[in-house]
Formats: sequence, C-alpha cells, structure tokens
Amino acid sequence: MDLADLLEIKEKELRTRKPIRLRCCLAAGCMSSNGQAVKDSLDKAVQEAGLADEVEVRGVGCMRLCCEGPLVAVDPAGILYQKVAPEDAASIVAALKGGETQVSRGDLNHPFFTKQMSIVLENSGEIDPERIESYIAADGYQALNDALVEMEPKEVIDAILKSGLRGRGGAGYPTGLKWATVAKMQSPKKYVICNADEGDPGAFMDRSVLESDPHRLLEGMAIAAYAVGADQGFIYVRAEYPLAISRLQTAIKQAKQHGLLGSGVLEAAFTFNVEIRIGAGAFVCGEETALMASIEGERGTPRPRPPFPAERGLYASPTLINNVETFANVPSIVRKGAEWFAGIGTEKSKGTKVFALAGKITNTGLIEVPMGTSLRTIVEEMGAGAPDGNQVKAVQTGGPSGGCVPASELDTPVDYESLQQLGSIMGSGGMIVMDQTTNMVDVARFFMDFCMDESCGKCIPCRAGTVQLHALLDRILRRQATARDLGLLEELCDLVKHTSLCGLGQTAPNPVLSTLRFFRNEYLELLQPEIGAPAGPGNAPKPDANPTR
Amino acid sequence: MTVLAVLSNHGHVPHAAFSLMETTVTARSEAPPRKPLEHPSGDKRFKMLEVFIKRLQHRQDTLIEVLHKAQELFGFLDNDLLIYVAQQLRLPPSRVFGVATFYHYFTLKPKGAHTCVVCMGTACYVKGADRVLAAIEQHAGIKAGGTTSDNQLSLLTARCIGACGIAPAVVYDGAVTARQSPEDALERVKGWTNGSR
Repeated sequence: MDLADLLEIKEKELRTRKPIRLRCCLAAGCMSSNGQAVKDSLDKAVQEAGLADEVEVRGVGCMRLCCEGPLVAVDPAGILYQKVAPEDAASIVAALKGGETQVSRGDLNHPFFTKQMSIVLENSGEIDPERIESYIAADGYQALNDALVEMEPKEVIDAILKSGLRGRGGAGYPTGLKWATVAKMQSPKKYVICNADEGDPGAFMDRSVLESDPHRLLEGMAIAAYAVGADQGFIYVRAEYPLAISRLQTAIKQAKQHGLLGSGVLEAAFTFNVEIRIGAGAFVCGEETALMASIEGERGTPRPRPPFPAERGLYASPTLINNVETFANVPSIVRKGAEWFAGIGTEKSKGTKVFALAGKITNTGLIEVPMGTSLRTIVEEMGAGAPDGNQVKAVQTGGPSGGCVPASELDTPVDYESLQQLGSIMGSGGMIVMDQTTNMVDVARFFMDFCMDESCGKCIPCRAGTVQLHALLDRILRRQATARDLGLLEELCDLVKHTSLCGLGQTAPNPVLSTLRFFRNEYLELLQPEIGAPAGPGNAPKPDANPTR
Repeated sequence: MTVLAVLSNHGHVPHAAFSLMETTVTARSEAPPRKPLEHPSGDKRFKMLEVFIKRLQHRQDTLIEVLHKAQELFGFLDNDLLIYVAQQLRLPPSRVFGVATFYHYFTLKPKGAHTCVVCMGTACYVKGADRVLAAIEQHAGIKAGGTTSDNQLSLLTARCIGACGIAPAVVYDGAVTARQSPEDALERVKGWTNGSR
C-alpha cells in the first residue's frame, strides 16, 4: 500500500458511488431508538422498488441531533428525516421518485447545524465507519502518507506546535510540547496511548468519534507514533462502549490488512501496532498514571508525578498519552497545515471543540464549534433553550471536575482560560443544561456522590474528604446544617483541592465551590439557625424542616 | 498439597475464606503449574478460559483482559474462578482479588436472569433518572445493586452510558432504551418480576 494505491481505492469508491444515497445514523443514540431496523427496512424498500442500481443505503456514524433520532439523510437532495420508524421506509423511498412522505423533516438551516464547524467530526455521519474504503475516499490516511514520506518526525512536531493544538481531555496542555518531550527521550521502546476512558457523566463526544470515524483515530495515533518514535500503541476504552469497541476492532483489522498498521506502514520504514485495552469501570482510570497501571493489569491507582509519563510511563518507558479528540485533530492539521488550524479559534485556544449537549435543553446531541463561541450561542441558538418554556438556570461543564456557569455568565466564550476564570473547566466536553427546577445543592451532592464512589482510596484527602464533603452536603439538603457546617464545607473543599494526589481529588470540590460562588443563596436557604444564635438572614428556621430525620 | 488438589478441594462451590496461604506457598515452592488442562470440575468453560490465557502467553499484565473473559464465560467471578486465574497467571490470589474488587465492572456475585441498568449520569439525573430508579426499587423490593430473591432481576446503576442525548436511558438486558419514565420502566420490568416479592 502506498499513495497510488490509496488514490486508486479512493477513485474506485467515488466511481462506484450511486447517484442517490440514504445515510442512516447507526451510532449508539439512534441505535437505541431502533436505528438498525430503520436501515434494514430502507434496504428492503429500495430492493422492492427496484432502485438498487440508483440508490445506496449507507450506515453512518453520528449525525449530531440525537434527540430526534433515528435520523436518515438523503443525498444529494439535502433532506434530513427525523424520528424515522421502520414502517416509514417505503414512503421515504417513494419520495425519492416524486412521491410523498409524512415523515418529519429536520431543518438543516437551523443554527444547530449552521453554527457548527467540523474538523474532528468532518466524516461523522458521512462515511461508513465499518469500511476503510469509505474513510480513504474522504482523503483518509493521506496525512499519514504525507508525514511518512515528506516530513521528518521533527517537522511533524513543529507543525503540531505551530497549530496551537491543546489537549482535549480537559487540562489543555499544549500537545506539541508533550510530543516534543517524548520525542527527546532516548529509549529503545516508547508507547503511544489513546485515552478513550470517557468517564465524565454527560460526555459522549469521544464515543461518537470512535463509533463514527475510528480510522481517524488510528491515523492520528500513527502520525503521533512516527513523530515521537514509538512502535506500539494502546487504546484504553471503556467497557460501557461495546459498539465503539467493536468498530475499533474492525478498523484495526482493516488497517492491518491494507498495510496501514503493522510493519512497513505505507511501505515506509515505520512500524506501528495498536492494541485495544478495555477498561473495567473505574473513573479514576481517566487519570493518566492510573490508566497506565490499568493497562499493566493492576488496580487503577494514580502515582505522584513527576516523573511524568513522557519520561517514565507505561512499562517504565517514555509514553505519549493523549485523548481521542486530540488525536482526531492531528490528520487534519497535517493535511491542511498548521496555519489553517491556528487561524481557527481564539488567541490561546485554537481549533474547534466538540461538546455533548444534554440535559434540560430542546436540541440535545453533538456539536462542534470554533473555540471562542459563546455559551449563549450554544445554549440559546443552537440548543434552542430549555424546553416547555422553562428558563435556563446554569450550564454545567467539565463533569465532576468542572463547575456550573450561571445563566448571567452565558456570554462567556468557550475557551480554556475563560471557563477557568468562572471556576469551571473546559473538561472533555460534556455540557449539561439545567433549568429553574434544578436544585444546585442537589447537583453538588450528585457530583460529590460520584467522586466519593470513584475515589480510588490511595490518598487520604480524597478518600476521607469526599465522604465528609458528601455528608455535609447531605446535612444541608436535609435542612439540618448550620452556618458553621457551611464554613466547614468551604474549609474542607480547600483542603481536598490542595492536598489530593491526583486530578480526581484536586477537582472534586469544584462543583461545590462553583455552586457556592454563584448560587450561595440556595445553600443559605437550607441552613438552620445555630443554637443560641439570633435568627438572621439565611438562618431563619424553615416551616417544613424535619429535624427528626 | 498441590495447587490442583487445592482446587479440587474447593470444587466449584464458592467458599467463604480465601485460601491465601496455601495457594501462594505452593505456587512458589513447586514448578509452575502450567498445564492443569482439565479443571477438576470438568467444566468446559475452564478449558476455554485456559485457551484464551494461553493465547495471551500467560502474561501477568493481561490480568484484566483475562478477568473480562472469565466474567463473559461464567457471568460472575467466584473465589474458585479467581484462584484459577491467579494460578494460571502465576499471580498471588490477593493481587487477583484486589484487581477484581477494584473495578466496578467485575461482579463477584451471580446476576439475575434479567438485568436492568438505570443510567445515573448527569444528563439522565437532571431528567429524572432518580425517579425511574426509585420506581423500580419499590416495585421489585430491592435496592440498586441487588437481585430479587427469585434471581429474576438484577437492578444496577451506571455512572454514564454516554446516551445523554436520549436521557433518561435505561438498559434492559443489554438494549439501551431512550427517554424512560417511571411508568415505562415498570412496564418493562413487570413481566420479569412476577411474584418476586
């Protein structure tokens, strides 16, 4: 396999493409709404209508608007059918030839679609994730060829540095710097790991990339391996994502058969093998040192850094570890150039970010927007606000490590620094909208319950601190706490934040701190007066308080 | 006592105590027991597991994959099975037990005939997953993590199954189902729990 072969596959794929194409979403969201049956009945309807020579029914990845699934798109007519039932197949096929269909149509001119900008998701919903030819036809693996044939490893790293790409896992460390550190290490063995342990509740971006465009990840990892001098890669993916795992397995097999993985990739002197490691349900394994312990078959507990994985990582070798979305950006950067990428986004946050929009919002699904887009644009325009005439109260970003941004701050642009200033984080991209019916103290307790349960127990501030914080929040919610308890809560938050070993504990207090900052009155309303203290604002007894509970 | 004898003594009945001392000592003092091809219980699944382990070259760092396979074959990991894995990978049982209990995905108790997993991710939670869970708990008379006394239904919760766009989601026997109300959920589990209370 070399460039000529790639181009030949691409040419053949485009030549054999049928004039009319029905794209059926077969990502997990639509699959759970019977998407596979919709595709099967469309296949059958096309056969029965005798249109098999003209019409192709293609299973594709995520088409973004998950709340309206199963989705079916028609090319080149530019129609999006939503909430399609298997019984609708005949009328959809009839409509291709001038017939009528009652199936509801999505508005592709809605801001939900028009404000998106696709880099990571450019093939998502377009190509068949289970056919490598489909990816190659979308210029797949050409970036890997460019890197191997025309660039030195150092040039690849320079391109990533110049592009300004930062880690999409949450912390936002410059990707190029990480690559350069691993590349500098002198070691006979180096590893590349893809962190696909997407554990944040409310985040499903990485899953969509894995399910919709698995070859993009493999290509990104291969380019990274070439740049840093690694020959072995691991993808650590959650056991909760069986569809993603099976599509990855298919993709790896196909890439090997086509000489795009293994030894002599694209007939260059470059070897790269990828293995999948399946997680076993431990949130802490999203932390890089815990993840590596898990790959080594140990309990997933983190260890102190330094040494950083770049110096001493998996099996004590230098290891590059990046998130799915980070790797998925790489092929586009290499193919279209660092300047192109650096021209998108804000001064310090380049490119786009994929968000999973969910919660109390009309349009739920997947969006990819340029960095710097305001939360208001995302929530009010693209998401069309809260349903049933409710008001958006807050937007939660960053999962259990993040915070709640109140409605008054919706004009904040999404970039790493702006969200940090508000006490939240960009995080991996979960964005949960809450309306006025949501109790923020309850949300804080929900996240603390999560962290308490997921704490690995290695360091005391996290193990014991999260339990105490949870108990305090519980007391407050049961209206049994006083102002003193609130002081204790704040003090303990500070301690856990500053003394925990890894990111889990260090960020566990964030949801509490950010709700205390913006929704303090909700806490105060739940407090009891202290014994002997005069009744004052915030500690007035509540008529419905139940001290016996 | 050989490791094999230890195993056969345990039979296939889960036992209360972990014979830590016995097994580690024998595993160290004797030649590596590489070929206990037939498990004394004669259960074919042990043979399948052994083939799997062999394909991974008995590498100790494959422990988690081996446990995944074991759970896939047996449904859950009882002590006998954990000891078997420990012996195959030449790891102390304490290490195998430690890993198996660390990860939520591994279960040391048998599951019911049907499983119902309520996603408690943030999106599902703000859309009322807690009410769905409470309804099932009340109906089946068990708490999350429990199994009904007739072994018909296991009720579980998930941290997030990534189906946030269609929240609240519930997984019934492996099939993710969108937008569940407490009534929808009861409708689904009722058939499974007849007379379980």
